[in-house]
Amino acid sequence: MDGIHDLGGMQGFGPVEREPNEPVFHAAWEAAVLAMMRAGGSRGLFNIDEFRHGIERMAPAHYLRASYYEKWLDGLTRVLVEKGAVGAAELTTRRAFFEQRPDAPATAAVAGPLPGRVRFSPDWLHGVIRDTGATPRFAPGDPVLTREMHPHGHTRLPRYARGKCGVVHRCHGIHVFPDTNAHAQGEQPQPLYSVRFDARELWGESAEPNQVVHIDLWESYLLPGR
Amino acid sequence: MGKNHPNVDPYIVSRVRALESLLLEKGILAPDAVDRVVQRYEADTGPMVGARAVARAWTDPGYRRLLLDDPRAALARFDLDYAMLMVVENTEAVHNMVVCTLCSCYPWPVLGLPPTWYKMPAYRSRAVSEPRALLREMGLVVPEGREIRVWDSSAEMRYMVLPRRPAGTERLSETELVPLITRDALIGVAEVSPSPAPAR
Repeated sequence: MDGIHDLGGMQGFGPVEREPNEPVFHAAWEAAVLAMMRAGGSRGLFNIDEFRHGIERMAPAHYLRASYYEKWLDGLTRVLVEKGAVGAAELTTRRAFFEQRPDAPATAAVAGPLPGRVRFSPDWLHGVIRDTGATPRFAPGDPVLTREMHPHGHTRLPRYARGKCGVVHRCHGIHVFPDTNAHAQGEQPQPLYSVRFDARELWGESAEPNQVVHIDLWESYLLPGR
Repeated sequence: MGKNHPNVDPYIVSRVRALESLLLEKGILAPDAVDRVVQRYEADTGPMVGARAVARAWTDPGYRRLLLDDPRAALARFDLDYAMLMVVENTEAVHNMVVCTLCSCYPWPVLGLPPTWYKMPAYRSRAVSEPRALLREMGLVVPEGREIRVWDSSAEMRYMVLPRRPAGTERLSETELVPLITRDALIGVAEVSPSPAPAR
């Protein structure tokens, strides 16, 4: 989707602000959000593409205002409710409980004992390569043209790189396709390429001299170029 | 805490607690999961593995070749199994830098959790369209004759920069080089300084 998350090349955000001696977490709840995301993902409640698409659907003004872990919280909650892992009504009730008791720990609202050991797979994020035996259509050095497309759903072809000519740098193997995997349409794995673009192709006369951008793009984003 | 961290907002905290209590109750979130996340990321990681690999690459040409050609095998020397990393080398002719314009993809296993600026719109928007100006603002002047090569992490592949070894460090051992190698140099927004930089 042509959402606010697709920031490449946008202007007006000002300088990068670095925080000296930045802590790993700025508040305890941020670690809780990270732990919940890992727990939900590793238990198969959602895949990484569904999670990302959950964040992309934030209201644009909220997206820009929110901190990183607030974005995660928003996307995570949206996906868990959509998947039926938690109910919207029970969530509303619990929020009301903790609004009344802002200092209470999360366990304060849990009736009865907590369930026992919970299985966790730390590698769930990285298992995206599928050795299907598919033959890549493009080889290193091949010119390619990216599709001019504006899907309403999830995609990893950034807006700034659509309808642009590039050159294949390498093939990364056969990877799960986010555009379908985010929408319960299966993994549909296909070759993933590192494609090199000259900055002038992307930004025209505004390009800085002597610059290129490499983007990792799935085969169906690409057409043969000239 | 900067303006990017409205992190004690009671509205947000209540939403986190609500979801956390439900996931605990349903057996989705382990009771010790939050503590383990804090422990792991505050104590166990940081840019150490990335810095150690770079220091070895600077002192061992065979390892440098391995790190560039087969990063997984190279990282296995540090007891890390990470199949998705690509290492890109800075030279006199090329300066590499890493971004994720669509979200905040970052090589956690080698660099730890990303700094906030990496995840905010200013960096994500400008890194691909005006990297030279952006780097200059961040304190790194890249000569006009040196190509800037930006890696936009749009898939599950992750990128780490192999920075240039600074002059004046020829006598330093691998172990002595490690603390010079900052996270920012491994992202490609800084060069390595021959003397230890203040923590960022």
